Amino acid sequence: MNRNGYEPTDLQVDAQGHLRHLLTIEGLSREHVVRILDVAESFVGVNDKSIKKVPLLRGKTVVNLFFEPSTRTRTTFELAAKRLSADVLNVNISASATTKGESLLDTLRNLQAMQCDMFIVRHSDSGAPHFIARHVEPNVAVVNAGDGWHAHPTQALLDVFTIRRHCQDFTRLRVAIVGDVQHSRVARSQIHALNVMGAAEVRVIAPRTLLPESIERMGVNVCKDLDGGLKDVDVIIMLRLQRERMLGALLPSEAEYFTTFGLTAERLAKAKPGALVMHPGPTNRGVEIESSVADGPRSLILEQVTNGIAVRMAVMSLIAGPAPRDETA
Amino acid sequence: MNLHIRNARIIDPHGKRDEQGSIFTSGGQIVALDTPPAGFVSERELDASGLIACPGLVDVCARLREPGNEHKATIASETRAAARGGITTLCCPPDTDPVIDEPATVELIHRRVEDTGLSAVVPLGALTQGLRGEMLAEMGTLKDAGCVGVSNAWQAVSDTRVMRRAFEYAATHDLTVFIQAHDAWLAKSGCANEGPVATRLGLPGVPVAAETVALAQMLELAATTGVRAHFSQLSAARSLELMQAARASGSNVTADVSMSHLHLSENDLLGFNSLCHVRPPLRSERDRDALRAALRDGVLNAVCSDHQPHEPDAKLAPFPSTEPGISGLDTLLSLALKLVEEGAITLPRVLESLTSGPAQVLGIERGSLSVGSRADICLFDANVEWEVSEASLLSAGQNTPFMGWSLPGRVRAVLIAGQLHEFPA
Repeated sequence: MNRNGYEPTDLQVDAQGHLRHLLTIEGLSREHVVRILDVAESFVGVNDKSIKKVPLLRGKTVVNLFFEPSTRTRTTFELAAKRLSADVLNVNISASATTKGESLLDTLRNLQAMQCDMFIVRHSDSGAPHFIARHVEPNVAVVNAGDGWHAHPTQALLDVFTIRRHCQDFTRLRVAIVGDVQHSRVARSQIHALNVMGAAEVRVIAPRTLLPESIERMGVNVCKDLDGGLKDVDVIIMLRLQRERMLGALLPSEAEYFTTFGLTAERLAKAKPGALVMHPGPTNRGVEIESSVADGPRSLILEQVTNGIAVRMAVMSLIAGPAPRDETA
Repeated sequence: MNLHIRNARIIDPHGKRDEQGSIFTSGGQIVALDTPPAGFVSERELDASGLIACPGLVDVCARLREPGNEHKATIASETRAAARGGITTLCCPPDTDPVIDEPATVELIHRRVEDTGLSAVVPLGALTQGLRGEMLAEMGTLKDAGCVGVSNAWQAVSDTRVMRRAFEYAATHDLTVFIQAHDAWLAKSGCANEGPVATRLGLPGVPVAAETVALAQMLELAATTGVRAHFSQLSAARSLELMQAARASGSNVTADVSMSHLHLSENDLLGFNSLCHVRPPLRSERDRDALRAALRDGVLNAVCSDHQPHEPDAKLAPFPSTEPGISGLDTLLSLALKLVEEGAITLPRVLESLTSGPAQVLGIERGSLSVGSRADICLFDANVEWEVSEASLLSAGQNTPFMGWSLPGRVRAVLIAGQLHEFPA
């Protein structure tokens, strides 16, 4: 079908099955995902020690190449790289090169000339990390830290990692993803990750205006009613609703959204007893989630942030670390 | 020069001919078929054994990038690529820079073609001044200067009253309006067909409705104003149903499709292949099959290259930030032959859609091998394969998703107004 060698898996996994880049969860095998989660598990201990460093990326230079503002993701990538003993360079492009008319490829070549080993890329264009991966030198790796509406693989990995720490058996797990799926790279990656892990069911719950066309073809059931949609659900993932969605005539108001799709304690009671609540952050309290739920005993929101460091350490060390690390699993 | 082409398989869809024979040309015209006219002394004999002779191809939509974007391509480079591909007449839309909204621009193009060009170029004039969709362009003057129709290209005319009056005014001057059916609001910021592939890739979608909503509106305006309307590069199955319904109720409307849309689908975007970033977007495989069927059945009148050459940088960016468009002159005939090879269409019918079909749409006396017509002739070998490569492409734009493909058919010679250009094997 695709005659141009453009398959994403061709790009991110080498002939021996090793991860070269991490661009998307799509096309990764269950073994790849489980390996990352297992290695991440081994790093959780590192993060709890008083000296939080391992020398796996010593002498390597990791560049945080962010074309879009981000606090949490950039910070956790930076911490993860530093705990692996890498040198870290933060490049905030929106404020530098592109405003001077430099092309993405020029920026990339200049940074490459400084002998960097890994680019952590965030970009507003879907496919930007693919583009970069296709143009970097063979010894340089690319990790997608979020591209357009397409993918945010490390977020999805940390989410399944967090879920796995609470329930081991994905095959009995029903997960609901609630909110703006249309504009969400997080949701797309979560759907792939949960399906790769063999989840019993992934549901997406949103008004039609926030659901992409043919989303069911990605392996989800579609629900447009939150109360019914939460029935029998073990994990509820709430997505962030960006305020500019009101301007595009996608929704009438935050108030109506909260009334119909906001997660309240009352609604949470309709899910399976003990159901877990997740959110990729940052949360809009009173828009998609009630504070009492976000801060409640079933919320894993802060745990997700903590786990983000171990998972990103795992991804970076598996891609750029010494070979023996591959046997950790 | 008096030229005698012999032993060719002559396929002239206009004259419903498909048989071996001879063509005699003199003074830039076809003067006889099969038997020479009295007193004809040939100065050159061309043995076309094993070759097919058909009318020179007429491309109803090709951007030559001149004037205004000569860093992408020029009239010199693109008319050469066209001739090499058997295309002897090109129609260019008015969205050049400056826009073709006054006779000076038409004259400039004509002069450049005369000085540097090879294949003939017939321009479309602007429908509104500067394509801004506000005031009517001087269509009468543009027609006198040589424009064969009028169009607003991809620029929206959001005021339907302006559109209606532009149609009426074009009809007054007996000009065909060429319409890119496209609702700018529904298509806003989209770069891929709204569907499973765009959803998977997280690309902003262009729904089929962006085409059909505009098409339905324009068909209605065309019907009420009685203007001759031609719809460019239809992409969706539903659009073809609307066309058929309009024809059934007596509307004088025609339509074309781009060659890329007959071969590719949204699936070719997987992996963010920016060479497949094109407007209208590549749709589903079902749409592609419907387009093939519509071409077969005559619902579509012509196939065009929708040629849009780009400099390499235009495609060297993440998919949504790349410029849309495919370079299509070099591959037009071969991709048509590939359709025949795949059993999608007969050879005479696909040649009709590349010769007399588009000539009729443009209202020009081209695309036929009748005695007395201009000697625009394409001679090609259908039985050879060639590989699309940087070396084999003549267009300044190398932006083709067919790069690396092996395609059937190579042009061995063209006659442009009786001038012979040969391309030895």
